[in-house]
Amino acid sequence: MAEITSLHDAVASLVRDGDTVALEGFTHLIPFAAGHEIVRQGRRDLELVRMTPDLIYDQLIGMGCARRLVFSWGGNPGVGSLHRLRDAVENGWPAPLELEEHSHAGMANRYAAGAARLPFAVMRGYTGTDLAPRTNVATVTCPFTGEELTAVPAMRPDVGIVHAQRADRRGNVQLWGIVGIQKEVILAADRSLVTVEEVVDELEPRPGAIVVPNWAVTAVAEAPRGAHPSYAHSYYDRDNDFYRAWDAIARDRDAFRGWMEEHVLWSTAPTR
Amino acid sequence: MEHSADEMMTVAAARELRDGEVCFVGIGLPSTAANLARGMHAPDVVLIYESGTIGSKPTRLPLSIGDGDLAETAESVVSVPEIFNYWLQGGRIDVGFLGAAQIDRAGNLNSTVIGSYDEPKVRLPGAGGAPEIAAHTRRVITIIRQSPRSFVPELDFKSSLGAEDQVVITDLGVLRRNGGELTLEALHPGVELDQAHEATGWELKVADDLRTTDPPTERELALLRELKER
Repeated sequence: MAEITSLHDAVASLVRDGDTVALEGFTHLIPFAAGHEIVRQGRRDLELVRMTPDLIYDQLIGMGCARRLVFSWGGNPGVGSLHRLRDAVENGWPAPLELEEHSHAGMANRYAAGAARLPFAVMRGYTGTDLAPRTNVATVTCPFTGEELTAVPAMRPDVGIVHAQRADRRGNVQLWGIVGIQKEVILAADRSLVTVEEVVDELEPRPGAIVVPNWAVTAVAEAPRGAHPSYAHSYYDRDNDFYRAWDAIARDRDAFRGWMEEHVLWSTAPTR
Repeated sequence: MEHSADEMMTVAAARELRDGEVCFVGIGLPSTAANLARGMHAPDVVLIYESGTIGSKPTRLPLSIGDGDLAETAESVVSVPEIFNYWLQGGRIDVGFLGAAQIDRAGNLNSTVIGSYDEPKVRLPGAGGAPEIAAHTRRVITIIRQSPRSFVPELDFKSSLGAEDQVVITDLGVLRRNGGELTLEALHPGVELDQAHEATGWELKVADDLRTTDPPTERELALLRELKER
């Protein structure tokens, strides 16, 4: 049964040094507040998993939280590079970063297999690319038709973290808009944390919304604007200006450190 | 009306899209071109973004593939595993629109690294949706600026494969994959054939009936500029 707790306590109890941690949200509902709390609590040696590392992992990598990154597209959407990710890969700053790289379809299938507690998923993909020999995929033969297909291993993170619009007081979670890979991550992970815009008395039905029942979630923490500069549909828009501004902040190591100190290290998590 | 090489490239790419086609759209130039087509000759084109929005009709050009506008204007919003498995792998998408950092004569694309994989000179974002988009759509439109750095004899990394039916739109002209090799079939107005040869890192095949692209019309340019200002 999901425990409703503070963001500080949720991260302190669920995220441990060395864990495999997936903070997901496909452009929408990215759990920035939870990522910042991981930075503040000084977690180290993490294997970070995310289809699109986005600014959130640029920040965690630049702050030295990560040992390894599993991903499928590591850019600043519509803007350019993730400079902290590049600095880690190209120059080993602040620490070398090991990469495991997939296609989007491969990552989506890995999470789906994890949620279904299968050892792997089957798909048509990777064939003929230089990714196939570089990453963790294999071929399997269909027992019915003899066709050669691609197998991708299940993704089973120690901790899965996503943001959602709201939860009720019993910890049932509701989210809508671009639902991305949120449900799969919660179900694939051993422990899950959902940060929400607000905890409400009753979850009003919403067209296209999904509800994840409280018994499938480990912890829920209230974090208003916890997806900013990503967004929470019906609450606030994506802060595209910030995504553009990040390019200059992240390009320079000192500017990056300064920004993180001012906006993350010296601020505190919501205490509710 | 005066126009830039990038505007010509975007307009030429938009013209490749046919009305009623279902198109998987990447962010940046592909999204700009697809939305230009929707405003011009292809009002019923179905735009699919990899975040799971089907039939998006954005009022402004999105910065990311998951801007809220894309979901609000969509006919349907589905999960990421569903968009890739049921819709893309399921063969329900006609056209894939891809960009890249490097392309070779077979239309294979690199969006992963410049230099060696283990010690890259430039770490690029990576393959994203491209390998399966290139494999599972019926036709691929690639937009890429043409230069010796991007049109290379050998890719530093093969992120996705060339498609049987592939057209490549550059700032210099239009190339189509023919018998497994890209062939220059049109030059944009004002571009000399020598320029295309110099910007290509292999001996470029040229069609016997090399055409000149029609310049952007006033309507195309006006709509493109309006889209960018919105």
